[in-house]
Amino acid sequence: MIKTTSRRARFLWLLKMAARDGKASGKKLFLFVSSIILGIAAVVSIQSFGESLKENISLQSKALMGSDYRIGINETPREGLLNILDSLGGAAAREISFPSMVAFPDEKGSRLLQIRGIEQGFPFYGNPETEPDSAAATYYAEGKVLLDATVMLQMQLEQGDSIRIGELTVPIAGALKSIPGSTAFFSAVAPTLVLPYELIESTGLVQFGSRVSYDFYFLADDETDLVQLRTDLRPRLNNENAFIQTHISGSEQLGRRYDNFGKFLNLVAFIALLLGCVGIASAIHIYIKEKLRSVAILKCLGAGKRQTFLIYLLQVAVIGLLAGMVGTLLGLLLQQLFPLFLADLLPVDVELIISGRVIFNGILLGVLMSVLFALYPLMSTLYVSPLETLRVSETVPVQSKWAGLMVLSLIFGFVFLFSYSLLENSRYALFFILGLIVTFSVLAGMAQLFMKTVKTFFPVGWGFASRQSLLNLFRPQNQTLILILAIGVGTFLISTLYFTKDVLLAQTSIENQAETPNMILLDVQSAQQDEVETTVLANDLKVLENMPIVTMRLHAINNRTVNEMRRDSVMQVDRWILNHEFRVSYRNTLTEAESIQSGKWETGLMDGQPIPISISDNLVRDAGLKVGDDVYFNVQGVIMHTRVSSVRLVDWSRMQMNFMVLFPEGVLENAPQFRVMTVQTPDEQASATLQQQLVQKFPNITIIDIRQVLTVIEDLLSKITWLINFMAFFSILTGFIVLTGAVKNSKYHRIRESVLLRTLGAGSKQILKITFLEYLYLGVLGALTGILLSLAGSQLLAWLVFDTPFVPSPVPFLILLPGISLLVVLVGLSNSIAVIKSSPLEVLRSESR
Amino acid sequence: MLRLQISGKFSKMAKILNITQLRKSYDSGTKKITVLEDITFGVESGTTFSIVGPSGSGKTTLLGLCAGLDKPDSGSVELCGVDLASLNEDGRARLRNLNVGFVFQDFQLLPTLTALENVIVPLELQGIKNASKTGMDLLEKVGLKERIHHYPSQLSGGEQQRVAVARAFSNQPSILFADEPTGNLDAATGEKIIQLLFDLNKEQKTTLVIVTHDMELAAKTRSIIRLKSGKIVSTETGAAV
Repeated sequence: MIKTTSRRARFLWLLKMAARDGKASGKKLFLFVSSIILGIAAVVSIQSFGESLKENISLQSKALMGSDYRIGINETPREGLLNILDSLGGAAAREISFPSMVAFPDEKGSRLLQIRGIEQGFPFYGNPETEPDSAAATYYAEGKVLLDATVMLQMQLEQGDSIRIGELTVPIAGALKSIPGSTAFFSAVAPTLVLPYELIESTGLVQFGSRVSYDFYFLADDETDLVQLRTDLRPRLNNENAFIQTHISGSEQLGRRYDNFGKFLNLVAFIALLLGCVGIASAIHIYIKEKLRSVAILKCLGAGKRQTFLIYLLQVAVIGLLAGMVGTLLGLLLQQLFPLFLADLLPVDVELIISGRVIFNGILLGVLMSVLFALYPLMSTLYVSPLETLRVSETVPVQSKWAGLMVLSLIFGFVFLFSYSLLENSRYALFFILGLIVTFSVLAGMAQLFMKTVKTFFPVGWGFASRQSLLNLFRPQNQTLILILAIGVGTFLISTLYFTKDVLLAQTSIENQAETPNMILLDVQSAQQDEVETTVLANDLKVLENMPIVTMRLHAINNRTVNEMRRDSVMQVDRWILNHEFRVSYRNTLTEAESIQSGKWETGLMDGQPIPISISDNLVRDAGLKVGDDVYFNVQGVIMHTRVSSVRLVDWSRMQMNFMVLFPEGVLENAPQFRVMTVQTPDEQASATLQQQLVQKFPNITIIDIRQVLTVIEDLLSKITWLINFMAFFSILTGFIVLTGAVKNSKYHRIRESVLLRTLGAGSKQILKITFLEYLYLGVLGALTGILLSLAGSQLLAWLVFDTPFVPSPVPFLILLPGISLLVVLVGLSNSIAVIKSSPLEVLRSESR
Repeated sequence: MLRLQISGKFSKMAKILNITQLRKSYDSGTKKITVLEDITFGVESGTTFSIVGPSGSGKTTLLGLCAGLDKPDSGSVELCGVDLASLNEDGRARLRNLNVGFVFQDFQLLPTLTALENVIVPLELQGIKNASKTGMDLLEKVGLKERIHHYPSQLSGGEQQRVAVARAFSNQPSILFADEPTGNLDAATGEKIIQLLFDLNKEQKTTLVIVTHDMELAAKTRSIIRLKSGKIVSTETGAAV
């Protein structure tokens, strides 16, 4: 009887077939997909830690601020502000803070510190952490200070030692480890010193021109809507050049800063993940090739196109799910390391939270990435003809180009969405993808070029083992290109870190050349400048620059006053300009860091005409100004009418005084002003001696030792570099997993070769040498490709962006290149050793089982 | 989805396979090579039939066309009363699943499935649950009761071919195509396999179409067509009448 209808095999059968077939190939499949485990672990660890950090910042927001909200101003509060403060019931505590030099006893030197004069009671939430613990409670009543713990250690100071702040000499109550409003990160540049509010006046440091901040801390009852309060107060406070920050907005702002860094790290981790996915695509391509015969048999027996496709798609999805779970678990474990290594950079003690959302995302990532990147090779099953059962053929069925384009579009679409979710900006996400395409393309291109060069200029004169090992790179089903890519990308990332760090530090090392200042003296009063110069000269040094500084605020642009602009919600001017106290200088010449971008540098004054000023390019952008605009400045009560005559391009990265606004000479000479002087000291000893003398004689002068700032920057860069290195190393490790998969994939071919060679009389040493050299070439090619690309990129960066000579670090060449090459050799050899050592017949018997 | 509504049994003399003026060629570089030309024949239901010819005569290509594994350039193939040209790939797959069995020269077992799992694949494709009992019975019939959980790599060539035979009969096919079924076996084992095929043919009334270059084997079938250079050169009657 002819049967003419049938029930379709159900989905469960597909799962069953996927499981049966996968059972035998499980280990192989897992190895392929495990190349994404590390990438997922990296992404999950960063996302999970980021969420924990944000949550902790939010939970500890009050302790971070020390109060419910604060109102701050960077100038002496006027009556208007004081009225507002009164209307709020008066501040619960006040603070005056400013940077200042502090001299240490017994000629231990001096240091720039952030002086915080705080009223008793603050902080209202959280406790200052001190050593001894009791110091936080007793320092106020005893009229003593709390000094940054690191500074105390560096200066070998102890509890009870006295220090001099301006005209005040005061004993130390204890070492300060943390206090709301100071983070370890910023303390590296200007460590904190806390003293009773009432003692500030005694220091004599709050003078004309001092950069003093005033903070007023408030407590709010539970019913107060802080968001509404902030909205209501902001317009009035803006008029007074003041600002308000609640514990909520403060913690959000802080969270965003760390979030941005976390996003950057996530991108680095995502690159490792993408590498793993490229490994999957390659491995699944070979896996499916081996399955095409089975697909033909199934189709012959009556399975449809969709059924056979789904069987293998389900395998990949399930293995991707497993990889996602393992990767997520690994990531959650990895995040435990971050608090240990990042303690200095974190604003709070972080209690790690396990977020369901992050876990779900990690697992989903495993499934999605595996399926997406395996899709194109899997689609070849659709095109297999059952006729293949009657033929022996190793050719892959011809696939539709449209199918390939569709899969590629899906992949790029997903990568774009993921990077958009991290960066929250479509343009940046697009740039990231473009950057990836360029990097991968250039690396692949360089790898192809290497291989073509080898083929074209094949070293026929080399010995058999050397030649054979080169030929092995081109054997059928080789993954040479993918391996070079995988190893190359990881090496590229790590090398770029070293080279970029060098470029950044080279930029700053310019400052150490002769005639380039490396010490800046701020807040020098006009009456002090001669004596300061005398002191400098007495140390066999000279004052390189002596610049006048006049403070002023914006009054109006063209015909619009600052108040009008504040009320305009759609205006083009950045709001910071409306509240900013400009520090302006006057001269008739340009410095090396400046060049005229547009307009004309004018120094002549004409009666009745606006004063010609020169503004910097960033002010043009932020204030929406152009040449010819009228700008009115309030110079300590006197309104001055100026006109923009030129725009200067300023190199802000130079460690010297640069100005957004420059007046010509002959205008501000009689305005209240102070001086900034710059000096070049030949070494640390000379710098320390000069600083000590200046602090003794002129305690109001703030000294910025650029050498010291560079040390802090270098230290910070090292910490960040370590973290990025850690993430980038995932790329390298992923490369090794891809390598292991590739070695296992080609095992059959290698066995055949090995058996044939042995049959023809090759000894174990020769076969070992061939294998060793093959992996050595792979490792060197991969690592060298990445390093060279990184070198080119860093050179371009130095040339086009920083305009600085570039001397590459030897670390990538001396450590990275041999290190990675050696590791590749070890991984390759360890997977091949069994083949090399066994007898031909034994190997063939074991493979046929 | 094409659902065929043919019911009832074919009469013993009805043709289960009808080939009419079949032509097939392949592209080889810039040349077109004609593999089959003007092939016309019919196979009666329940009988045994062989296609013989030297290497390169087009036997395997003809088998592929008869089974719906490939499409001809011209001509028609009517299998189990259905014109294969009216079916798409999935349609032909369904027809094969329900009505056709295969035995290949190189066994073509799924390497990742056990003997039992290989045998029941056609039944599971039909959505039949609990097909294992049928599979075990078939394997017992071919003398492999003790090897049901072994993988193809653990079986000898003869054992693998016996599994393939069991699989070919698992869906109680109306017609079975065998392509050089003893090509990779020694003479004694091959003889056993052929005997198995003919026994099952008698038992289940499955039409048997064998492609072979072995004239002794061909002689055991009822009808023989001889191919040479893609054309039928003779039609003979075998020993089985």
